[in-house]
Amino acid sequence: MAAKVSDEMAARIWIFVVAVALSLSLPSFASSQDLQIVNAERRIDLSSHIVKAFLTLKVENIGKNPAADMLLAFPPTQIKHLSMVQALAVTGKKKKKAYLPLDVKPSEQPDAPNDTGYFLVTFATPLTPGETVTLEVLYILTHSLEPFPMEIAQSEAQLVYYRDSAVILSPYRIKQQTTYFKTPSTRVESFTSVEPANRAGKEIKYGPYDDRAPYSYAPVIVHFENNSPFAVVEELVREIEISHWGSIQITENYRLTHGGARHKGVFSRVDYQSRRSISGSSSFNGLLAVLPPRVNSVYYRDDIGNISTSHLRTGYKKSELEFEPRYPLFGGWRATFIIGYRVPLEDYLFEAPDGRRYLNFTFGCPLVETIVNKLTIKVVLPEGSKDPSAVLPFTVNQDLQVKYSYLDIVGRTVVVLQKDNVVPTHNVPFQVYYTFKPIYMLAEPFMLVSAFFFVFVASLAYVHIDLNIVKK
Amino acid sequence: MVTKKTSPDLLNSFSFKSLKLKTKQQELLIRVSILGLVYVLAFIARLFSVLRYESMIHEFDPYFNYRTTLFLTEKGFYEFWNWFDSESWYPLGRIIGGTLYPGLMVTAALIYWALRFLRFFVHIREVCVLTAPFFASNTTIVAYFFGKEIWDTGAGLVAAALIAICPGYISRSVAGSYDNEAVAIFALLLTFYLFVKAVKTGSLSWALGSAFGYFYMVSAWGGYVFIINLIPLYVLVLLITGRYSMRLYVAYNCMYILGMLLAMQIRFVGFQHVQSGEHMGAMGVFLLMQVFYFLDWVKYKLNDTKLFQTFLKITVTSAVLVGGIALGVGTASGYISPWTGRFYSLLDPTYAKDHIPIIASVSEHQPTAWSSFMFDYHILLFLFPAGLYFCFKRLSDATIFIVMYGLTSLYFAGVMVRLILVATPAVCLISAIAVSATVKNLTSLLRTKQKIPQAGSTKGVGSSKSSSKVTLDQSQPFQKNGAIALLVGVFYLLSRYAIHCTWVTSEAYSSPSIVLAARGAHGNRIIFDDYREAYYWLRQNTPTDAKVMSWWDYGYQITAMGNRTVIVDNNTWNNTHIATVGRAMSSYEDEAYDIMRSLDVNYVLVVFGGVTGYSSDDINKFLWMVRIGGGVYPVIKEPDYLVNGEFRVDKGASPKMLNCLMYKLCYYRFGELVTEYGKPTGYDRARGVEIGNKDVKLEHLEEAYTTSNWIVRIYRVKPPTNRL
Repeated sequence: MAAKVSDEMAARIWIFVVAVALSLSLPSFASSQDLQIVNAERRIDLSSHIVKAFLTLKVENIGKNPAADMLLAFPPTQIKHLSMVQALAVTGKKKKKAYLPLDVKPSEQPDAPNDTGYFLVTFATPLTPGETVTLEVLYILTHSLEPFPMEIAQSEAQLVYYRDSAVILSPYRIKQQTTYFKTPSTRVESFTSVEPANRAGKEIKYGPYDDRAPYSYAPVIVHFENNSPFAVVEELVREIEISHWGSIQITENYRLTHGGARHKGVFSRVDYQSRRSISGSSSFNGLLAVLPPRVNSVYYRDDIGNISTSHLRTGYKKSELEFEPRYPLFGGWRATFIIGYRVPLEDYLFEAPDGRRYLNFTFGCPLVETIVNKLTIKVVLPEGSKDPSAVLPFTVNQDLQVKYSYLDIVGRTVVVLQKDNVVPTHNVPFQVYYTFKPIYMLAEPFMLVSAFFFVFVASLAYVHIDLNIVKK
Repeated sequence: MVTKKTSPDLLNSFSFKSLKLKTKQQELLIRVSILGLVYVLAFIARLFSVLRYESMIHEFDPYFNYRTTLFLTEKGFYEFWNWFDSESWYPLGRIIGGTLYPGLMVTAALIYWALRFLRFFVHIREVCVLTAPFFASNTTIVAYFFGKEIWDTGAGLVAAALIAICPGYISRSVAGSYDNEAVAIFALLLTFYLFVKAVKTGSLSWALGSAFGYFYMVSAWGGYVFIINLIPLYVLVLLITGRYSMRLYVAYNCMYILGMLLAMQIRFVGFQHVQSGEHMGAMGVFLLMQVFYFLDWVKYKLNDTKLFQTFLKITVTSAVLVGGIALGVGTASGYISPWTGRFYSLLDPTYAKDHIPIIASVSEHQPTAWSSFMFDYHILLFLFPAGLYFCFKRLSDATIFIVMYGLTSLYFAGVMVRLILVATPAVCLISAIAVSATVKNLTSLLRTKQKIPQAGSTKGVGSSKSSSKVTLDQSQPFQKNGAIALLVGVFYLLSRYAIHCTWVTSEAYSSPSIVLAARGAHGNRIIFDDYREAYYWLRQNTPTDAKVMSWWDYGYQITAMGNRTVIVDNNTWNNTHIATVGRAMSSYEDEAYDIMRSLDVNYVLVVFGGVTGYSSDDINKFLWMVRIGGGVYPVIKEPDYLVNGEFRVDKGASPKMLNCLMYKLCYYRFGELVTEYGKPTGYDRARGVEIGNKDVKLEHLEEAYTTSNWIVRIYRVKPPTNRL
């Protein structure tokens, strides 16, 4: 409880500071006077534990100079849970609508009021004075649903808090705005009322609010039922081992946990198996991994052996592995496991025009609807590869390692890519380029052949040479 | 063709020479390839479980061995040797380095390190799983040489083939059965082979080899006591039958002294060779050998038979007297420990049942039924007496040894089921002699009749014998047909043996026992993986310092797979501690709660087969808990749990039974469940009855986890309620 109180205190203090900062720092934002948001609509999807927010902004340049970019602001409580931000510019109208992806970068503002985080969206063409543009922004938040009560028994449903603001935090003046929260079920315990606000079915509507000054903030809390699986992978290590003999072996080490309200008291098997609908509704048992097509040699195991509860459906476009952990996961329970599979080399390894080879593989985690707190991808290149470089659409930590595998002498180069807070939207292709001479492929067979050859020669010699000192 | 015609003379002489060389080489080639095939066969016949299930460790004890091997490879030998394990026998702990036979772990670790050195990056688990088949293959090679030593190469080959697939050996050496016996049988046979070789040649080097084989055996398995008693017994028999020779003197003295010194390096064995009653026979024979040598020398010096006779009498009586007094004083003063209960129970099958319930409770310590002899030996059971006949017919130092090995080990095999394993090599070797000698006689009968002129060219004792037999037998009619019929019979028997062995291996000895498999209604295979489900749940979802109380059978598995501290495990070194757990399980809940509080127990784990019909569960083991608990704590009385001498769980069960902790934990909320269609709720499928207490209430414990088929149930011990 103490932690909660201090949280609320912090939030209040923060709001106060923002309000103070607002009045003080307004004049220093030159660009905030140049741009204004004519109309803003925000739809926040709370149906799973990954919070997705769709923002439609109509931006107008009211200044005298052309504006090349604009800022998106996030409160500090959100910025550390922010997994990704994407922006699209909408061109054309109605049926001829086209979307143009825009460049989004995290940005530091020297005089940001109280740790507000910023993302800088660069327009495709600078916005001339008087011109308007419509932007579609998607941002994804993880770990933003806070279970309350924090511990629940087997028969109870899981209730969560979501904290946000009724108005959009923005460095610009917003003339009109509306915010919608979509809850997974109609059961909503409470929500903060900021007039006009109302609820209809699974939707809570805040607004429309007219003409809000920059950095307006109106904290709201929504308390609702969410029994969707809170599958959180605390750590995922994916090892992608390339063999030029025709296959790519992928080994994935998962450390999975249920990130929802902690399980309290007894686990009753009778209740769990006979009254499934009301018992353990927030727990989950089945998981789904989307694997590449033409996948083979799939295995699913953990530290103490094979786990027999899994089904594989191979398809033309994708394969699906349905599997269950050894036991159902209740809040706070953990499970570690390994999934391994093999894919044909020709589907993922290509030759670049400059003669280098490159691997084209999917980033992210194959499990659907899961958050990965820490993702490490290790691309193990064949022995003798040189000059590795990775190409990704977003920033990750990169590192090089050496790994020894079967019959290795100098070891294999490993490209290590590491990223925190990964969501399914990060499942996009990435490339790893390297140079490799095919002659190295023959090193290992040659070693084996020569070893056998020496064994046979030795036995030949043993049969034919008489080693006795005394003649028999 | 042209050259052939031009110089027929040269060619003849040349081809004759090369042909002669060639047959020798051909024979070598055939022998080596047969041995190679047997080697491979012995390995792959043991892989059923890996192919059918997965590469995993089986049973109970192997999990301890696996855990220690893992520790050894991760932390190195010195850490391993000094390892004090606080995760078992809480709160006592266990000094692992001083209470285990490290041979198996060190062997697996060496294989692992060697493979890694050769750049084969295998997982230590794979090495452990395949250690037993690998050593079984090596045993076939030793069996070949042993057979060659006591009879001839043919018998050696047959022995190798027989032992490769003999169910008695396979039962303990399938892939995943990572137990001491896996390497110990190899070591046992190697020691015996080298000793027989040493006796035959009188060479120090073979005796030295035998001592090292003995050292390896001591480091691997407690069954080394069999060697240290059999070899002196054999020497004694040779002495009595007047076969004393310098060869024997050299072989035994070297083997005994060096073997004893080497064996003392194993901490678990320590000074037992000079201090324990079980090892005194070997020392007595050692002293007797010296007396014999001394007498021989005196006889040689004296040259007077009469004088020597009196001297002999005096020396022998005084030697026996001195030996007897020394033994008596040693035993009385406590320097020499008396025979242990385990040793007694070997000599007397009824001993354990009366005195040591913990030994008697283990299923593999039960006296052997005739059916299991048939199951494990099949035709060898009939071939064994035939082989004995051949051995007696051609008595030598080597055959006397194998006869003694066979007879003594067969006796022990009759006392305890698991010792069938020790008898297997002897049975295979003696049977191999029977098969080889019969087939050889019969084939030579067939061959010599067709090509009498060539009979002289084939070498060996057998052929000369058989050729003389042929001249004798020529008067008998149908002897060729008879021989063919007998040969067909032998091969029919051998093929039945092969079929039987494959069937037994596949059906009986290849299930890991930790994963249970059953056939569903549609013939599909259903897997019950409840053990691992429960252990993994413990490993992931309980505090790392949690203490788990269960019956000792599951101790090793909980520490190895669940990675949690246990109160008792399969080591069974402290009977009182086990009895305490037995007492807790058989007391009422509030009494048990006090015991559990005093042992800091956080979780209680029970195995329950009532839903699936799995019969080796804790309810069926319960009477042993009562007996072992009652052996130390007289509060627990077996009759309290029985009704008219009958063990029941239904309405007719005794009130103490219906309310003891084990009953409550197994049947908690079971009364609400319908297990079988058309049966009332709470129908126990393992025992086929409706339970007697359907309304089980728990006060101090709560259900923490129950596996999907209810086989393992885990309860949390609640903290004591606040006193107001």
